[in-house]
Amino acid sequence: MTAAGVTIGRALRHRSFAIGAALTLLLVLVAALSLAWTPHSPYELDVPNRLRPPQAGNWLGTDSFGRDVLSLLMVGAQASIIVGVVAVGIGMAFGVALGALASARRGWAEELVMRLSDFAFAFPAILSAIMLTAILGPGMVNAIIAIGIFNIPVFARVTRASANAIWAREFVLAARASGKGALHITLEHVLPNITSVIVVQGTIQFATAILAEAALSYLGLGTQPPQPSWGRMLAEAQTMMFTRPELAIFPGIAIALAVLGLNLLGDGMRDLLDPRLRRSR
Amino acid sequence: MSVFLLKRFLTFVATLLGASIVVFLALEILPGDPAQVMSGTDAPPEVVENLRRKLGLDRPPLERYFAWVGGLLQGDLGISYAYSTPVGELIAERMKVTLPLALIAMALTTIAALALGLFAAQRHGRLGDVGIMGVSQLGIAIPNFWFGILLILLFAVKLQWVAAGGFPGWEEGVWPAIRALLLPAIALATVQAAILARITRSAVLEVLREDFVRTARAKGLSRRRALWTHVLRNALIPVITIMGLQFSNLLAGTIVVENVFYLPGLGRLIFQAISNRDLIVVKDAVLLLAAMVVAVNFVVDLLYAVIDPRLKAHDV
Repeated sequence: MTAAGVTIGRALRHRSFAIGAALTLLLVLVAALSLAWTPHSPYELDVPNRLRPPQAGNWLGTDSFGRDVLSLLMVGAQASIIVGVVAVGIGMAFGVALGALASARRGWAEELVMRLSDFAFAFPAILSAIMLTAILGPGMVNAIIAIGIFNIPVFARVTRASANAIWAREFVLAARASGKGALHITLEHVLPNITSVIVVQGTIQFATAILAEAALSYLGLGTQPPQPSWGRMLAEAQTMMFTRPELAIFPGIAIALAVLGLNLLGDGMRDLLDPRLRRSR
Repeated sequence: MSVFLLKRFLTFVATLLGASIVVFLALEILPGDPAQVMSGTDAPPEVVENLRRKLGLDRPPLERYFAWVGGLLQGDLGISYAYSTPVGELIAERMKVTLPLALIAMALTTIAALALGLFAAQRHGRLGDVGIMGVSQLGIAIPNFWFGILLILLFAVKLQWVAAGGFPGWEEGVWPAIRALLLPAIALATVQAAILARITRSAVLEVLREDFVRTARAKGLSRRRALWTHVLRNALIPVITIMGLQFSNLLAGTIVVENVFYLPGLGRLIFQAISNRDLIVVKDAVLLLAAMVVAVNFVVDLLYAVIDPRLKAHDV
């Protein structure tokens, strides 16, 4: 068997990784499929057929506007993925840069970056997000910015901690002795060696971002109508709780499965990429 | 006072000061003139101008910042634009819901997490351990507001044991009030308990492998006694760190969960004040929440020194 085959085999035998990868793949596939096809249009209101129970044609029933719940759920995956990818991207881009800078420069730069990230942690994420969306106005883009900003200190901390360990290694000393500058060493030696840590953190933050998007949309501050989102579906379902309780079940299951998948995938990758950590978990 | 504590105290004060600046600046750039919003869109300009002057909005920002912070230091939180009552009274009234809610949730979190975490660690690798870890993985993935809705579905809609939301007030007696807070507290606590149980389990497992535990067992201490006398105290440092963070998460989580259960707490106050452009309430309430978070972290630092005397001795 080839080396790649062995690695893939080992990964698939890892329970967390396999389940997590399968759920995450499902999330991505559903979102991709919904770009091309949904059973019904999620934007089409059909009031005479409102609040229908699950049946042929509407497998999960219809909501209070007569929209097909399955179609709404499928398209809702898009909002979660977009918010997750972009918010984590923002956090990663700025956070990794700041963390790498802190680690390369040490001294006051490190102190400043770390104190700023301590400070950012004093504001609970959801509170900052609510304040920011209140300032910038509700909407998906502003929710992304709010969630992304909170991700910056998370990545800054993780990057600095792992980069510091790399800077202490002998091959970095050798690179310095051969006259390479801090930027060169960071790009050539430090970042490639901490990629796995950052990818794992990115996966976990993706899950957190999906939860945050759902909460903001539930409060009416995130994704706006008519764009379907799981959080807002829950808010709408809550008003129908006494007539159609199951409407409040499906979007929650979708959120939980997406978050569970990403968390398991992150945990699994951490185990597979760094076997030393497996012992303590 | 040791250098460690003094340093932590200075950080505490600096963070609070920074928080007040951030909150003030953030709301400075908030679009929408509160005077305009309060007097209505079709109000004549002179009425809006009068109100603006009455609210002190015509003064320069720096002067308003110092007036605000100065007032806070003297216990004067200002007057709410929307409710026309002192903000201090408003917040105190809402804290009667939010604080007990967060405390009950924290108590539930701690009890559930320590029990489950210890149980799982003792049965490391066996069915109980695997089961608890699986369930906790699910618990982490569930959004607290959805879990709240599920609890309402089960206990209010199906079984009809409790009301679907609302708060009777403490005047109606302690039990009805606690009953109204119980479901929201469970909704808040579930996720945090799942996280804390995992942390407790791995911290205990880590300490169980230490040499001094083996020595204690070799001296004839039973497994249970070694666990209670040696392992737990050493495992508490990471657990308490996370608990401090979790109390902040619980306080912040109340904003969402109070909306699920229609509880008249601080979270709902902030939320309503933002939509009413009631800036003074937003500023005070957000700063109060941030201050509570920072204070909890400060207390956690103090607890470190109590639990682990090495920290104090080294004066790190």
